[in-house]
Amino acid sequence: MHRSQLIAESLNLLAASLLLISFAMLSRRRTQRLITLFAWQGAVLFLSTILVAYSAGLTELYASAALTLLLKVIVLPWILHRLVRKLGAQWDSEPLVNIPTTMLVGLALVIFAFGLAQPISQMATTITRNTIGIALAVIFLAFLMMITRRKAITQVIGFLAMENGLFFAATSATYGMPMVIELGIALDLLVGFFILGIFFFQIREQFDSLDLSHLESLREE
Amino acid sequence: MDLLTVLALPLLGALLLAWFGSHRFAAELNAGVSCATLIAVAFLVLHVLRGGPLLAIHEQFFVDSFNVFLVALTAFVGFTTALFSRPYMRIEEQRGRLNAKRLRLYHSMYQLFMAAMFLALLTNNMGLLWVAMEAATLSTVLLVSLYRTRASLEAAWKYFILCGVGIAQALFGTILLYFAAERALGSEGMTALLWTHLNSVKGQLEPRVLGLAFVFLLVGYGTKVGLAPLHNWLPDAHAEGPTPVSAVLSGLLLNVALYAVIRSKVLVEGSIGSYLPGHMLMVFGLLSALLGAFFLWRQRDIKRLFGYSSIEHMGIITFAFGIGGPIANFAALLHMTVHSLTKSSIFFTAGHASQTADTQQMDGIRGLVSISPTIGWGLMLGSLAILGMPPFGVFASEFLVLTTAMREHPWTTPWLLIALGVAFAAIFRKVQPMVFGESDAPPLPHSPALVPVFVHLALVLMLGVYIPLALADWYRAAAQLIGG
Repeated sequence: MHRSQLIAESLNLLAASLLLISFAMLSRRRTQRLITLFAWQGAVLFLSTILVAYSAGLTELYASAALTLLLKVIVLPWILHRLVRKLGAQWDSEPLVNIPTTMLVGLALVIFAFGLAQPISQMATTITRNTIGIALAVIFLAFLMMITRRKAITQVIGFLAMENGLFFAATSATYGMPMVIELGIALDLLVGFFILGIFFFQIREQFDSLDLSHLESLREE
Repeated sequence: MDLLTVLALPLLGALLLAWFGSHRFAAELNAGVSCATLIAVAFLVLHVLRGGPLLAIHEQFFVDSFNVFLVALTAFVGFTTALFSRPYMRIEEQRGRLNAKRLRLYHSMYQLFMAAMFLALLTNNMGLLWVAMEAATLSTVLLVSLYRTRASLEAAWKYFILCGVGIAQALFGTILLYFAAERALGSEGMTALLWTHLNSVKGQLEPRVLGLAFVFLLVGYGTKVGLAPLHNWLPDAHAEGPTPVSAVLSGLLLNVALYAVIRSKVLVEGSIGSYLPGHMLMVFGLLSALLGAFFLWRQRDIKRLFGYSSIEHMGIITFAFGIGGPIANFAALLHMTVHSLTKSSIFFTAGHASQTADTQQMDGIRGLVSISPTIGWGLMLGSLAILGMPPFGVFASEFLVLTTAMREHPWTTPWLLIALGVAFAAIFRKVQPMVFGESDAPPLPHSPALVPVFVHLALVLMLGVYIPLALADWYRAAAQLIGG
């Protein structure tokens, strides 16, 4: 009893830090800082998955935790850092809306997410049930980041952060999806990421910049 | 066994074409693989017609009357598009818009895209369905940006980000579905996401969770269907990608995405026991039909025009599925078939028309009949068919949708009529000057493959006059299955 309480408490702590990192991402202007934050988010995700796996005694979850560590903490941030250096894109990434306003909108989104997750949390039997609201909030905050940023790389980091939120929802609500599907999702993510890498170079070749405000000619007149 | 062949053939084709895709005979190889797939699908269809619904490979794959007809449609349009793309892409290469390397990418990705769609249609697992939908998106992103122009890069980026975000919502919906299923079916790993299992216990699934799951699934897969207000990627991707890609996006991918929505709807409606999902589909559908129709007026680009027309028609189909019941479902399935056939044939002719005039701007395309009567009449007949002129099949399905709407939800009828009327006026006014009149443009260097166009239109005509008994039985069984 004592031990499970400890695990539940530490999971809540991890969930809270996940949310905190999401807010930090909203307020960062520098692309490289964002990548570091993304790696941290992956690390927190890895720890929480390990904890759930330990408390539920599920070997499958250990595998998916390892996958998280490999993909989201090591490989993706490494490739992103390399990309940024190669493209010479260490510039500032400025949000369209100013940061305090973005933060306030983010707060409203978190409240909305918790309201939405209320009925589900009440039914969840897993020890992590309090965290579904947080997972949904992380997804919404990542979405907000994608809307407010205009740089291609920042939008992609937002996209990846959204995927982190989804993954957290999967582990916290259901002890993870079946392994085959998780592998499929990871594969899709990786392939999508490579396509984005190709894209960065194509966009830069055509526009001499990764600022997406150039990409606005296809509008309804 | 047939089922595995259907999945394996396009995958094998993708591998082969990744190797030989820039070779002289690559286009023929592409068409050959598509033809072989079509034959394998024919065997699968016969199998299902004789033996009824089919479960295979630890119940991971499932064929019933609903998806078998979509599989057949997908294989057929996939084959005819491969035939069309042979001369079309050759002309593009000759004009220097493409090089051998990109042709290889195109051919290989075309087959990969087909494989992803077959996987999405045939799988019984809601999680694999998601993976396959995402794979279908990824395989077409690089096809949309194949020309590497600024506009095509922008279109592909928009397509990737919007559909990526959309499909992430669908994943959350799938997670919620799994969460509900785990409570009803117990933690059985793989089996908890099987559609057949979920369908058999749908009455026990927690309604509140499924309601929320449906919102996410509808928004997620609905983005790919091109439902308003999530339709922004669709006209751009259709206009900037190569024409064969526009044809399969419009004719096939939208159908497959809608298929995912409908599969979810069946589960959710059974769980929450109300018409809420149906009503949501009706509202989204009606909104898309209206918005698509009104945006038609502003278009200058021929492929954008028909992209918006696809939004309108997907709206009508979604609306019909929303009404539910045997007749509306029947109409929706029929409309799915005829829209897919007609729209792909229109894209075939529109592609050659813009090649002839060397522009996609409709102001620049004139007097098609005088340059090439087959292209001109193909475009004219296709437009008349998509506008719902009798005796084409679109008329039959739209008539069914309208009469059912009149009886069950009278308030929707004027809106539907407005959408249909506006679309008619807009498209007819724009197509007529392109087809008739004088022009001095030279004919195309390779004779276009227009047999698919007329085969498609003949089929649409046939479906308007007479629906073969076997097909009608399929539709009826599928309509029964969807219920609502």
